[in-house]
Amino acid sequence: MSDTTLSSPAASDGKDSSVPQKTSLYKEDALTKKRNASEKRFQAYGITAILIGLFFLVVMAYSIISEGIPAFTRTVLTVEFTVTQEQFDDAEGQLFKTRAYEGVFTEAMSQQFQEKEIAVPFDITAIERIVGKPGNTIRQYYLANPDQLGEPVEFELAASSRVDGYLNGRLTRDNITDSRFLMKSDLDLVDVLVEGGIIQTVFNWPFITGADSGVDNPGGAGIGASVVGSLFMMLVVLFLSLPIGVAASIYLEEFAPQNKFTDLIEVNISNLAAVPSIVFGILGLAVFIQFMHLPQSAPLVGGLVLTLMTLPTIIISTRASLKAVPPSIRDAALGVGASKMQAVFHHVLPLAMPGILTGTIIGLAQALGETAPLLLIGMVGFVARGYPDSFVGGFLDPNSAMPAQIYTWAARSDFAFYEKAWGGIIVLLIFLLSMNILAIILRRRFERRW
Amino acid sequence: MPVVWLILIVLAIAVVGYVLGRGRALAGAASEHVKLHSLPSYYGSNVAMKVAVPAFLIMVVWLLAQPIIVNNSVSGLIPETAIAEGSSRGLVLAEVRRAASGLDNAVAAGIMDEDFARNARADFNDITTRLRDAGQIVTSQITQPILRAAQEYRILNSTGRLLMTIAVLLAALAGAAWGILESKPNFRARNTVEQGVKALLIAAASIAILTTVGIVFSLVFNTIEFFRLYPALDFFFGLTWSPTFSGRGGNSELGIIPLLWGTFYISFVALIVAVPIGLFAAVYLSEYAGPKVRAVAKPLLEILAGIPTIVYGLFALLTVGPLLVSIFGPDGVGIMQAGTAVMTAGLVMGIMLIPFVSSLSDDIINAVPQAMRDGSYGLGATKSETVKQVILPAALPGIVGAILLAASRAIGETMIVVLGAGAAARLSLNPFDAMTTVTAKIVSQLTGDADFSSPVALVAFALGMTLFIVTLGLNVVALYIVRKYREQYD
Amino acid sequence: MKEMPKIDKADEMSETKIAASKVQVYYGTTHAIKDVDINIQPRSVTAFIGPSGCGKSTFLRTINRMNDTIDICRVEGEILIDGEDIYDPKVDPVQLRAKVGMVFQKPNPFPKSIYDNVAYGPRIHGLAKNKSELDEIVASSLQKAGLWEEAKDRLDEPGTGMSGGQQQRLCIARAIAVNPEVILMDEPCSALDPIATAKVEELIDELRENFTIVIVTHSMQQAARVSQRTAFFHLGILVEEGPTQDIFTNPQDKRTQDYITGRFG
Repeated sequence: MSDTTLSSPAASDGKDSSVPQKTSLYKEDALTKKRNASEKRFQAYGITAILIGLFFLVVMAYSIISEGIPAFTRTVLTVEFTVTQEQFDDAEGQLFKTRAYEGVFTEAMSQQFQEKEIAVPFDITAIERIVGKPGNTIRQYYLANPDQLGEPVEFELAASSRVDGYLNGRLTRDNITDSRFLMKSDLDLVDVLVEGGIIQTVFNWPFITGADSGVDNPGGAGIGASVVGSLFMMLVVLFLSLPIGVAASIYLEEFAPQNKFTDLIEVNISNLAAVPSIVFGILGLAVFIQFMHLPQSAPLVGGLVLTLMTLPTIIISTRASLKAVPPSIRDAALGVGASKMQAVFHHVLPLAMPGILTGTIIGLAQALGETAPLLLIGMVGFVARGYPDSFVGGFLDPNSAMPAQIYTWAARSDFAFYEKAWGGIIVLLIFLLSMNILAIILRRRFERRW
Repeated sequence: MPVVWLILIVLAIAVVGYVLGRGRALAGAASEHVKLHSLPSYYGSNVAMKVAVPAFLIMVVWLLAQPIIVNNSVSGLIPETAIAEGSSRGLVLAEVRRAASGLDNAVAAGIMDEDFARNARADFNDITTRLRDAGQIVTSQITQPILRAAQEYRILNSTGRLLMTIAVLLAALAGAAWGILESKPNFRARNTVEQGVKALLIAAASIAILTTVGIVFSLVFNTIEFFRLYPALDFFFGLTWSPTFSGRGGNSELGIIPLLWGTFYISFVALIVAVPIGLFAAVYLSEYAGPKVRAVAKPLLEILAGIPTIVYGLFALLTVGPLLVSIFGPDGVGIMQAGTAVMTAGLVMGIMLIPFVSSLSDDIINAVPQAMRDGSYGLGATKSETVKQVILPAALPGIVGAILLAASRAIGETMIVVLGAGAAARLSLNPFDAMTTVTAKIVSQLTGDADFSSPVALVAFALGMTLFIVTLGLNVVALYIVRKYREQYD
Repeated sequence: MKEMPKIDKADEMSETKIAASKVQVYYGTTHAIKDVDINIQPRSVTAFIGPSGCGKSTFLRTINRMNDTIDICRVEGEILIDGEDIYDPKVDPVQLRAKVGMVFQKPNPFPKSIYDNVAYGPRIHGLAKNKSELDEIVASSLQKAGLWEEAKDRLDEPGTGMSGGQQQRLCIARAIAVNPEVILMDEPCSALDPIATAKVEELIDELRENFTIVIVTHSMQQAARVSQRTAFFHLGILVEEGPTQDIFTNPQDKRTQDYITGRFG
């Protein structure tokens, strides 16, 4: 509005305008009706907004669960058979050793079919398409366990990812195309084998405990190694960010004088809290790797970057917990002759500890899910090849982390890896959920109201 | 001696110093019949502090400085002629470091002994053959100068390590002696220790400043390096983004405009989704919802804020993208080519920002005094009239601040756009086209084995600098507005 | 309780603006107002007095259903305005509050211009057909609130920039602008200095001509100065009600006497 100037009201003996008109309260007048309708509309917008938010949450949860659960099962083909010493020697003597074992395997299969009165024609190539090349697995087993020769052994052979996909509904007879990986006709055999209990779906332990696999073997990829990578990173974050964060908060909340230096710190903390995470990745790359020559892809470097990123969060929540301790506690300690430092460390800090821990866990959970900075320090690609072989190696050997591993899978062209990515998300969310629940329990258990 | 051992030794000296200092103070008090000024443990802590702090300080500074010094002097050993066409000093130095670690591994594996690895007159072919046998040469050619530089590199490094160990141990012992000598009963040990602890607290608080300085330096130096190789004007005003790796990136066109366009377009879509939903949700939760609804709906919405961005990224790539394609794609409306698009990323980012906008707005709306509401209701206003005409105008500055913070979030978001927006830099108005953003390009230019001397990799730092300045500007303005707003009602 | 003068039904309608009977108010499980019966006469000032926490403000807020905005508050009994029960389900509190305006303890102008503060009520209730009518309502309301001279040159400035006394008169102008029949005032002068208080009291006396005014005050002097009738509340009970003169000079109840002689409160 520019400027409103009103003339003094001409006729304002007041009578005509302020004599109350007699209207009944019981009758809703037209305007009120309109206003109430608009009120209802407005309220409906609010409810809609919340429902939309919750709808997205449900859709996400549904996608994650429905797409991710198959990653936790795998399809195996169970066959029991005996390889005798002669067969072993014979096979080892041949040029194509694994081929010889496959012969043994096929024989055992047909025998089992007869026992179960299954009549279906099959050849070794079909079997190969279903279970990959079983010969090598069998050979490796007997080379490692020669004492088992002549004893009946039950083999659990992993089915190929396409068979896996067929059984969990990712592939159907309609969308399958004949290829060297799987023919449509093989599915008949698969159906029969499922019926006969030879092909079964079992819990996919290798996914939980395994390491990443090459781009051509989605079935063998596991998240275990990157869970370990995340764990070592979190150790770094915890042991750096908790003491530094608490020390910085104590200084700012209890000792810092009102001056430019303190202001500078405050401004820095509030701005760092809002700096995009990718910028911390650039910092890590330039300072830790380019400048300090720390090893690339190492959980140590990841941990350092995430520490710097988490510090503002931890400092902000720690300061809130310190602030919540009433000044009377400090006064009481100072009153009996404690120094300021003793008052803080003996009385204020222990009382603020539950709040600090809650904040730290939430900060850690945030760090655990962070991906972008890890991409820049090389924790992406085929790096989670196996478990570190020592404790120090856990910090220094190239490894991935859960979210970076999920990204790696999502970026691969083979669709079968998507299932792994969703499965990885379930694992990641389980970790995050447990951390948050722990934080809530801590808060409930130790919450103190002054 | 590995650093771990050195740390343990210093800690051991600190523990011994603690015991000695404490003992000396107690003994002094007993023999001279005076009271200790401080508790005995403070005398011990004083010694331990004087052992550990200077020693570790020296160690950290040394560890930071040594690689730089060594790199510089080794770099001087490499003649200009040894740098191949199309390569750079940086690349050759990396080769030197690889060769040096190859030598380390060979020594560790027992293929050659330490003297041989150091021997500058050792036959070049002999060494390379042995290295190759040990599987330690994986990269191209090791040339004579590189090998000599690698040997020099190892010698300098181990000498440096040795000197550092001596310096650290001397500092630790000197600190211990000083502390123990001080441990007399009337020494104000508590005050000294507290001064030390306070210094540590200040140091911890200063890490925030150091981080900012680190960010600024790592961005500035590499950006300057980039602008030396690529004209700044072309970067800021170029309309094409097409990095080529041929000729070591010499023919690339690296204009930021298409990336900024993608960034702002996606952020705009995200805000179009998040602001109305978040704001209405906040208004409903703070003004209409009963305590029970609030207790359920608020934490549920906040779950959305706790979900890692990689999950949103996957959701965009694998759920939302295909869904949008089935509606707008060739089989439907026909304006969308692939699942990755501005709309996909913007929509998902909007979902991510809903709780961010709603919880900030919720705080701000709650800060409007109840008296305002009473005044409005007292005049016969309905709730929606009160919200629209009194509460929102009163809360407006705070809400603007919240939206700016959300915008800064959207601009800096990485994973959703990396997975959901596409990789093609494009100046288009169609929100169903794939576009790319500043953050996505930072990732793509720096993942893998980046060569820090080519403009194609260095451009990522200039992009990071731009991103940092834009988000910092938004944050500073937003935080200023929000703070002013809060002061108004405090 | 003092007997009301016996009058016939039609007369009672004209003589009683607000008639409350057996009003109970609960806050959760707390019984805050117990069995209040009171008749309030039109075009007069009725003062509610009593010690803090006695329920006088709570009762005042039941008259325009401001208590509806508090979730845990529950009202029983009957309050009739012009013979219509305001707690009848057919009654819209929004319409009711247009008829029964309210001025609060602390001046609470909206963070808008002075003009918009006064125009707010007429706008939402659609009282003005066009800009000039609205201008007129604003001007006459400010005039009736005695604020015209001080405000006419600064109508665009924010209402929050005025002094405390001016702010409170602005709030009164804001309430008048809706053209209510009843104005409720909840300790309107408690946040003001003596000079501002005097101005507001003067204003209240003038407004009596056109409005039915109910004022809650903790100052007995104020009640004596501005009101024609006074009601004394104690522990959620209406102890005594009558002409102000009588209450202060000749209280019937021991508690009223103790309170006005300063023995508690």
